[in-house]
Amino acid sequence: MTARIDRRMAKLKAEGRPALVTYFMGGDPDYDTALAIMKALPGAGSDIIELGMPFSDPMADGPAIQAAGLRALKGGQTLAKTLKMASDFRAGDDETPIVLMGYYNPIYIYGVDRFLADAKASGIDGLIVVDLPPEMDEELCIPALKAGVNFIRLATPTTDDKRLPKVLENTSGFVYYVSMTGITGSALADTTKVSAAVTRIKSHTALPVCVGFGVKTAEQARVIGASADGVVVGTAIVNAIANVLGPKGEMTADPAEAVATLVSGLAQGVRSARLAAAE
Amino acid sequence: MNKPAMPNSFRTGPDEQGMFGIFGGRFVAETLMPLILDLEEQWNKAKTDPEFKAELQNLSTHYAGRPSKLYFAEGLTKHLGGAKVYFKREDLNHTGSHKINNCLGQILLAKRMGKKRIIAETGAGQHGVASATVAARFGYPCVVYMGATDVARQSPNVFRMKLLGAEVRPVTAGHGTLKDAMNEALRDWVTNVEDTYYLIGTAAGPHPYPELVRDFQSVIGTEARAQILEQEGRLPDVIIAAVGGGSNAIGLFHPFLDDKDVRIIGIEAGGRGLDGVEHCASMSAGKPGVLHGNRTYLLQNSDGQILDGHSISAGLDYPGVGPEHSWLRDSGRVQYEPILDDEALEAFQLTTRVEGIIPALESAHAIAHAMKIVPKMDKDQIVIVNLSGRGDKDVHTVANMLGMEI
Repeated sequence: MTARIDRRMAKLKAEGRPALVTYFMGGDPDYDTALAIMKALPGAGSDIIELGMPFSDPMADGPAIQAAGLRALKGGQTLAKTLKMASDFRAGDDETPIVLMGYYNPIYIYGVDRFLADAKASGIDGLIVVDLPPEMDEELCIPALKAGVNFIRLATPTTDDKRLPKVLENTSGFVYYVSMTGITGSALADTTKVSAAVTRIKSHTALPVCVGFGVKTAEQARVIGASADGVVVGTAIVNAIANVLGPKGEMTADPAEAVATLVSGLAQGVRSARLAAAE
Repeated sequence: MNKPAMPNSFRTGPDEQGMFGIFGGRFVAETLMPLILDLEEQWNKAKTDPEFKAELQNLSTHYAGRPSKLYFAEGLTKHLGGAKVYFKREDLNHTGSHKINNCLGQILLAKRMGKKRIIAETGAGQHGVASATVAARFGYPCVVYMGATDVARQSPNVFRMKLLGAEVRPVTAGHGTLKDAMNEALRDWVTNVEDTYYLIGTAAGPHPYPELVRDFQSVIGTEARAQILEQEGRLPDVIIAAVGGGSNAIGLFHPFLDDKDVRIIGIEAGGRGLDGVEHCASMSAGKPGVLHGNRTYLLQNSDGQILDGHSISAGLDYPGVGPEHSWLRDSGRVQYEPILDDEALEAFQLTTRVEGIIPALESAHAIAHAMKIVPKMDKDQIVIVNLSGRGDKDVHTVANMLGMEI
């Protein structure tokens, strides 16, 4: 198993703060810009990077991430290029964990064994594949664990106590708790319910629990981070990129700078989470 | 691809994991998984429950008008000068297509599960109309997702749905066709999972949908088999149906799968030809992949991105197909052939003129294939074509294609 996620989580635990997990779409709006965004993330305060793999039919994503995926595909992004992006990033950063996030079909078409070998060689630490529930573990989860790549499972409000052990069984790295029943970019759920759910999941596993879907502001990151081991922000980052693109896709400001500004603010929120909780 | 060993029966699938060989499965987000397991449990109980069966039977008879007739198409038979052609008249059902068979079954499941709201996707609008119909009949609010392109080309059906009290939400993503409508329906479902029943219209999607839709549609083949035995005293030589997602086809085919002397042909939308990307022949020109909850043949590029495809017929304009068809293709039991837009249009006009029946453009694809093979067959041979729906909804599209004004 690659140890970057475990190492990073242990380090943050020692520091007494949750992780800021940042999602962006590989290749949005083009390869070079996306790589510049990725390289800017750790300096701005991102602890773990979720690198989105664009897919033509992202059935769990809201309009913002759908549009980001289409921009990336239009810009010529492929799974091979997303892996290369991770590899280019690794040349300058061997510590920040990279988790690939997306849908199964591009991986299936690439070939599972070839994909895992190339992902590992590119410095990928974990996978989040939205349309592979535990019932389909033989497809990619088990091969990934054998290849030494973390398979990070989504737990949701519909995952009850009876089902949780099945969801957690082959999970490693961390558990990704989806804060609501819905698609990415929706309004944040009741934070009291979210923290109750985190507590519930933690009673079933020693793995860190990161919470995503709906977190957009530093304040929300602070509140969620009070109980969770990590806070995932995606749509807000993708929107920060979209906001500096003109009607024809031309850049009206530097996307990497826009993302860095947003992420610095979120990092502040995450860093003050436990202080607030201790008050 | 290696052909799997011939099974003893072609009618036993899917397995417990919802697989037909390598096809099918449950490729969905975790949010939906508990619901799909619950649906499977409810479905397993319902299918052996005499009360459920009786209620469905009663509705089929008195509301939908079943059994549908098996009609000897004498005009077309004379015109083609070969085998005898029969039409299974699903166009005569309430709402005008086979879609009502599945909707009645699923609305009863939704009721059993205590759901409060119905959502559906639709291509041609036939399933949308059937969904809106059963929602009206059973008093459920209903939202139908429909690609914006299809909303434009199937406007009569859009109006019918609205009259029936359904909300039609146009989907502008992609080419604005069935694939995009299905994505949006899935997004609605994942958001409203607690109270919403997703009434899938075709024999695709995550397990148990391919199985339950097939079982509700198999009434087509079960009736046709008994009717041809009664009317001709023997089984047909060939049965033909159009395949988009493939629900009318699997409904006709399934009861005949173990009749090994019956040749079974599924017709895909060849669009403007298989050379380019303007077709929807996923089994003739695609390869296996994962979309909308199942593994099946898909039109896709080398990076696994799904292509939009094209067909004159909104109901066939889908880059995938139900997983059981993919399995039947690979096992060799069913042969799948493409029919071009122009050929379907010709069959549409011919059937209208020599039979006085306006077929749906989807069904016209199946008739077009019969027009190719029937003249080469003997006069004592029998071909059954599934006339899956009536073509009133398509008159605007056909008028456009023919350069006529309505």
